[in-house]
Amino acid sequence: MERYSLFGLLKHALHHHEDWPRAWRDAEPRSSYDVVVVGGGGHGLATAYYLAKVHGITDVAVVEKGWLGGGNTGRNTTIVRSNYLRDEAARLYDFALELWPDLSRELNFNVMFSPRGVLNLGHTLQEMRDIERRVNANRLNGIDGEVLGPAELEARVPLLNCSPDARYPVLGASWQPRGGVARHDAVAWGYARAADALGVDLIQQTPVTGIRVEGKHVAGVETARGFIAARKVACVVAGHSGVLAAMAGLRLPIESRPLQALVSEPLKPCLDTVVMSNAVHCYISQADKGDLVIGAGADAYTGYGQRGSFHIIEHSLAAVCELFPAFSRVRMNRQWGGIVDICPDACPIIGKTPVGGLYFNCGWGTGGFKSTPGSGYVFADTIAHDRPHPLAAPFALSRFERGALIDEHGAAGVAH
Amino acid sequence: MLLLQCPHCLEGRSEEEFDYAGEAHIQRPAPGVTDAEWADYLYFRSNPQGRHREMWVHTAGCRRYFNVVRDTVSYDVLAVYPIGEREPLVGKPPP
Ligand SMILES: Cc1cc2nc3c(=O)[nH]c(=O)nc-3n(C[C@H](O)[C@H](O)[C@H](O)COP(=O)(O)OP(=O)(O)OC[C@H]3O[C@@H](n4cnc5c(N)ncnc54)[C@H](O)[C@@H]3O)c2cc1C
Ligand SMILES: [Zn+2]
Repeated sequence: MERYSLFGLLKHALHHHEDWPRAWRDAEPRSSYDVVVVGGGGHGLATAYYLAKVHGITDVAVVEKGWLGGGNTGRNTTIVRSNYLRDEAARLYDFALELWPDLSRELNFNVMFSPRGVLNLGHTLQEMRDIERRVNANRLNGIDGEVLGPAELEARVPLLNCSPDARYPVLGASWQPRGGVARHDAVAWGYARAADALGVDLIQQTPVTGIRVEGKHVAGVETARGFIAARKVACVVAGHSGVLAAMAGLRLPIESRPLQALVSEPLKPCLDTVVMSNAVHCYISQADKGDLVIGAGADAYTGYGQRGSFHIIEHSLAAVCELFPAFSRVRMNRQWGGIVDICPDACPIIGKTPVGGLYFNCGWGTGGFKSTPGSGYVFADTIAHDRPHPLAAPFALSRFERGALIDEHGAAGVAH
Repeated sequence: MLLLQCPHCLEGRSEEEFDYAGEAHIQRPAPGVTDAEWADYLYFRSNPQGRHREMWVHTAGCRRYFNVVRDTVSYDVLAVYPIGEREPLVGKPPP
């Protein structure tokens, strides 16, 4: 791997940037691996990277049915924050947040992490009470947070309609300064390139069609390019987790639904933070290119159609226009959907399954991008040692049998 | 946007009039089940890529429930039938 640097940039400029090496090899699948990671999204690639980097397990393949980062990783609105209410979730998400500032250096790839702060608006007295409770809980867990009033909000976000005459007046917000956004593709590509450099095979355009179980232990995966034997198989396929689980005869407490997002035409810089509202339901930030990145809602029912219902976009854009009247004339450029894996308690499932050597990391639903580094880290540790990493332990599949759910529905503002 | 035919009102309406009420035909287990069986009843769902049996309620209409068989990939509504009835044999049966 050629390290990216200013010197390299100058060197390649001499050749009109036409001789850059490929960022990663196009690996042919071998007949067997120590670990096969199914799913080449951010979480799967991060898992492979930390397996190689931290645990020295380099006999690893990532098997992806499409292209790397083409799932929810490349479709999300990239909000990064850790202000979750419950102790278990706060610890896990904050562990991930702590990895972001150094990630570009760690991967030698600019993931454009921009800690521009995240605001979660409150529009009712009850919401403001919930926000105060959450900010207090966050601070007890060592997570930065402040409660802002309308005057402070108006100063911070001049375009936000803080007038008491608004249909749903903004009464205040929680503010997490360490939160922000990052470039989703770059996260996938950065982990991919770094994992490849450590010897991980990245195998694209190869759907996994079956999971072979012998006795009580996994034996490998059937793919469109033949059987690949593996001592351990780690599934990180987000919305398709139920499909993969069924291949091993397992069921999951997950329903898959399309979640939508949109981007506008590029504008001059006008919004320098992330604004989320649970009550009117929208979340918005401005990309460095200038487009407004707008998150909409998830369909209310199960579906694998990668589009989502039209009225969902209509509701979200109505909310955006209400909060930012100045945006009412902005044209939208693109809209898309991703299939998110929603758990009953809006928390992920990380860890072992009843099948030996088979691990799942899923259920991140509408909000897993922010935890990509942390998720990969704790999952790699779980796989390497065949026991849950301490931060992942509360998120075991068995929590549903024990009734130990970690209810984050609504507790952390908007669920993204 | 789904168009659903309410079997009570006998009219086709857009999905905004309805609410999804989850997977259909989930039987409450008899008392004395194991924790695993109880968890399966409460939380675990078939979540198939394809033919799905589900409940809907006509919230902005008659407010009554009914069953639907829908393909979760093509979104084709394959059948609509009353609660308590067995599903009509349409589409590809679950594997
Ligand atoms: C519109 C939208 C907005 C979002 N906004 C935010 C946000 O602001 N902040 C946030 O934190 N999170 C957000 N999320 C959630 C976030 O995107 C996901 O939780 C996260 O990206 C999941 O990453 P992943 O690597 O697990 O899954 P993915 O990136 O979906 O990767 C899974 C991969 O598995 C592959 N796969 C599936 N089946 C198979 C198979 N049979 N064989 C081989 N490969 C297979 C898929 O092709 C895919 O590439 C949003 C999601 C969406 C859709
Ligand atoms: Zn009706």
